[in-house]
Order: sequence, then structure tokens, then C-alpha cells
Amino acid sequence: MRTSTGTRLTLRTVALAYLFALIAVPIGVILWRTFGEGVGAFVDSIRTPAAISALNLSLLIVAIVVPLNVVFGVATALALVRGSFRGRGLLQAVVDLPFAVSPIVVGVSLILLWGVDGWFGGLDHLGIRVIFGLPGMVLATIFVTLPFVVREVEPVLHEIGTDQEQAAATLGASSAQTLWRITLPAIRWGLTYGVVLTIARSLGEFGAVIMVSSGFPGVSQTLTLLVHSRYIDDHNTYGAYAAATLLMGLAVVTLLLMTVLDRKRSTT
Amino acid sequence: MTATLFRRAEVPTLPAPEAPPTPGAPKARPGLGRPLGVGLVGLWLSLIVLLPLAALTVTSFEQGWSGFWDAVTAPVALASLRVTVLVSVVVALVNAVMGTLIAWVLVRDDFRGKRFVDALIDLPFALPTIVASIVLLALYGPNSPIGIHLNATRPGLLVALAFVTLPFVVRSVQPVLIEADREVEEAAASLGASGWTTFRRIVLPTLAPALISGTGLSFARAIGEYGSVVLIGGNIPRRTQVASQYIQQQIEIDRPVNAAAVSVALLAIAFVTLFVLRLLASRSQRREEASA
Repeated sequence: MRTSTGTRLTLRTVALAYLFALIAVPIGVILWRTFGEGVGAFVDSIRTPAAISALNLSLLIVAIVVPLNVVFGVATALALVRGSFRGRGLLQAVVDLPFAVSPIVVGVSLILLWGVDGWFGGLDHLGIRVIFGLPGMVLATIFVTLPFVVREVEPVLHEIGTDQEQAAATLGASSAQTLWRITLPAIRWGLTYGVVLTIARSLGEFGAVIMVSSGFPGVSQTLTLLVHSRYIDDHNTYGAYAAATLLMGLAVVTLLLMTVLDRKRSTT
Repeated sequence: MTATLFRRAEVPTLPAPEAPPTPGAPKARPGLGRPLGVGLVGLWLSLIVLLPLAALTVTSFEQGWSGFWDAVTAPVALASLRVTVLVSVVVALVNAVMGTLIAWVLVRDDFRGKRFVDALIDLPFALPTIVASIVLLALYGPNSPIGIHLNATRPGLLVALAFVTLPFVVRSVQPVLIEADREVEEAAASLGASGWTTFRRIVLPTLAPALISGTGLSFARAIGEYGSVVLIGGNIPRRTQVASQYIQQQIEIDRPVNAAAVSVALLAIAFVTLFVLRLLASRSQRREEASA
């Protein structure tokens, strides 16, 4: 399509103006507000006991969610690619389901299943508190991150086929050996990519987690809940900016990691 | 290749590739392909995804169909659904126009810092939604350095949703534009077609499937959004309260049936959207195969 220089410059200006107004300038303002009072103030603000406990809780949730997603994600991908059974289409649909569900709806569903008045409310009488406790936050995070590992590993499994695995089996390898020595090394980059996406989303999830958390500062607040409560409950705007900047830093690290991994994946 | 980041997982590509079983795959493959693995996977997915959604659906109909209907059509509930759909439609349309424009500039134009701008597109997917909220408030909120106050207004909702859904259209149109056959465009131009005519008659039809899918996905994302609108939206019933905020409020005042009913309504809208998108995608794919 031949476009005159005038048209091209107009389109470029419109596109850049939109992106600047929507993304670049707001982020610039928040960085300026955060670091305008010096790096020291920022560090102090993210080193309060409540902030440190929020970071720890976020990391704890990641540490529980990632291994579960790896194990069940790889198992699901294997079942989808290698298994031949009735209901595979249904399984496919269920894996995509979390993408279509609003985080708030995730929270409500978990409350109605695991809450005191829910189907599994009996657990509460046994002293196991799911909703308003750590298990609820973990369940919410697993729900929203469930598709990532499956959807990253699945295409790789398709690509590598079964030749090597069959060869290994013929040579007498047990199924555990085949999985460990052949399959896992082959899918490692896809798996890593899925894990990075899982970590990013786990750290950033807000809606589903706020519904099932009791939200006490220093006890049951994740980083995202900290941003929210500092802004809304404490009217500590600066503190909210600082915590948001911390989360933004983690997000940028994720993006960089993904760029590197993407290159790695396309070369190996 | 930042252009492909997030595409695979965050943006469910439509049509969803219905994977055929690997040809010649042995029936009893060692390991997790066996019935035990499938059973375990099924159990896990049921516990994590299906049972909670089942509890939601059953609760929403606890007082029968009329109870469900009353809950969804309660004036404030209905208003929140209306605001949600209205704002999401506008955001989807804004995305369709601006997303295509941005993709075009990123593919066909050349300027210093283009790679940086390209990387910027992925940022909304990487940022937590609550951070999006805070970021936009910093510029358009009560302490706005430029004097624009959008908090607790519908334009505020629009800005928040446009922020979080920005990548959908750009990232689905961009690869198609890169692959597009430019000789046809050249031919049209040499036959005297203006730039606009060429775009409308040649480029747009090629982009249509990707454009529709990106627009639809951003709509589906916008109707469920909570984190990005919670601070800037203001949560004013009948004005700026979106469905997810209404649901959250109903849980807070202990009206689980109302919350569940509106949740089911919201889910239904999302499912219908995704279903229509899938239909359109498979139709255009069939047409493509027929013409190839």
C-alpha cells in the first residue's frame, strides 16, 4: 500500500500519541512520584513490616503454585497430546475455561464451594480454613494460572513426536526413566516459559485473591492487596505508588526473561 | 521477537487448534498417557475448575429459575450489567481502530525507537491489573498533574479497560500484516486506487479474521475486568459500577445467590462471545482452505 508521507506521519503521530497518553506517560508519572522523594524513601516504604510480609506471602503462594502447575500441567499436556480417550475435547475446553472467567467470579465460585456455607463447608468444622486462609488464595491462584503450563508444553510435545520415547522404551527404559531422560529435557524451554507466565500472573493476581483473603495487613495481604489497601484504607498514596513500582519492576523482569527464553526456544 | 511474546498463552489463538492425536502413536504409551494419568488429570481439573463453577451455578438457581431471574433483573444488578456491556463494547471498538492503526505503524512505518514502542505493547499484559489502576490514577486521578480528573466517571472506566486490553488487537493483527501479500496492494495502487480504497478493499478483508478475533477477545476480557477499574471506577451504582464490582458487593453484604446469579450471567456473555468467535474463525478457515 503506497501511502503519502503526510498520511504516514499522521498515522504515526496518532499511534504514538495514543500509546503515550495510555501507557508511557502514566508510568512515567508514577515513577517520578515514587522516586521524586529519593530512592531512600522508596526503599523505606517497601521495607515496612507489612510490605515485607506481603512480599513473603506472594512468594510463598508462588512457591506452592508453581510445582503443582508443573506436575499437573505436564500431566495434562501429555494426556491431551498422547492420550486417546473419550472426552479429550472436553478436557481441552476445561483447560481454556479459566481464560473466560472473571477473577471475581473465580473468587465467588471458590467461596461457594469451600466457604463455611459452601459444599465443602464441613472442612471448616474440622478446623481447616480454606476461604480467608492461605489454601483459598492458593486455590484462586491455581485457577487463574492453570492454562499456562499446559498451553506452552502442548505444542512442544506435538512437535517432538514419540520416536525417541519409543526407542528408549524398546531399549528397556522404564516409563519413569523415559519421562525423566527423554521427555522432560525435550520440553524444558516450553515448560520454563509456562512457569515464567505462571509466576508473573501469580504475583499479579488481584481480583480472585482479594475475594478469598481476609486481608489483614502483615498476615494475609499479598503485594497486590497491599497496593489496594494502602491506597483505599490507609490513604497512603505514596506507599501505594511505591508498592506498585515494586510490582512493576517484577513485571519488567518477567518481560525480559520471556524475551530471552523466546530466543532460546526458537534456536534450540 | 517481542511481537510473539504472550501470544501463545495469554491470547488464546482462535481457531483453537483441535490437535489430532499424533499419527502412529502407540495406544499404551509409557507414563502419563495411560488411563491412570488421565483419571488423575480429570480429578485435578474437576477439583480446581469444575466443582467451583458447579457450586456457583447451583447456588444461582437455589431459589429456582424465578429467583435467578429476579436476582439478575434487580435494577442495580441490571444497571451494572448494562454499564459493563456498554463500556466493553466501546472499548472493543476503540481497540479495533487504534489496535489496527498501531499494528500498521509498527509493521509498515519505520522510525527511531520503534522496537521500544513494540515492547511497550506487551506491558499491559505483564503488569498486574491493580498496578494498571494505580498508574492511571497517578495521571488521571485526583492529584492529576495535568488537571484531567477521570476517577469515578465512565471515561475513567474506558481508559482503564483500554489499557488492559490494548495488546489483543495489535498482537493478532500484526503478524497477519507482516505476512500480507504487498504485490496485490501495489497492483491496486497502480490501477489508480487511492491509499484509503486499497486499505478498505484489499488490506482490511485480509485482516478481518484477526481483527474480529482480537476485538472479540478484548471484549471478553473487558466484561470480567475488576482490578484495573476498582480504584478508578468509583463503584457508583447505576453510573460506574461494573458487574464484577456488583458481585463483590453482594458477597460482602452476604447475598450469595445474587452474586452467583450475576456471575452466571457474566459467564454466559463471555461464553457466547467466545463461541461466536470460534464459529467465525472456523468459517473463515474453511473459506481459506476452499480458496487455496
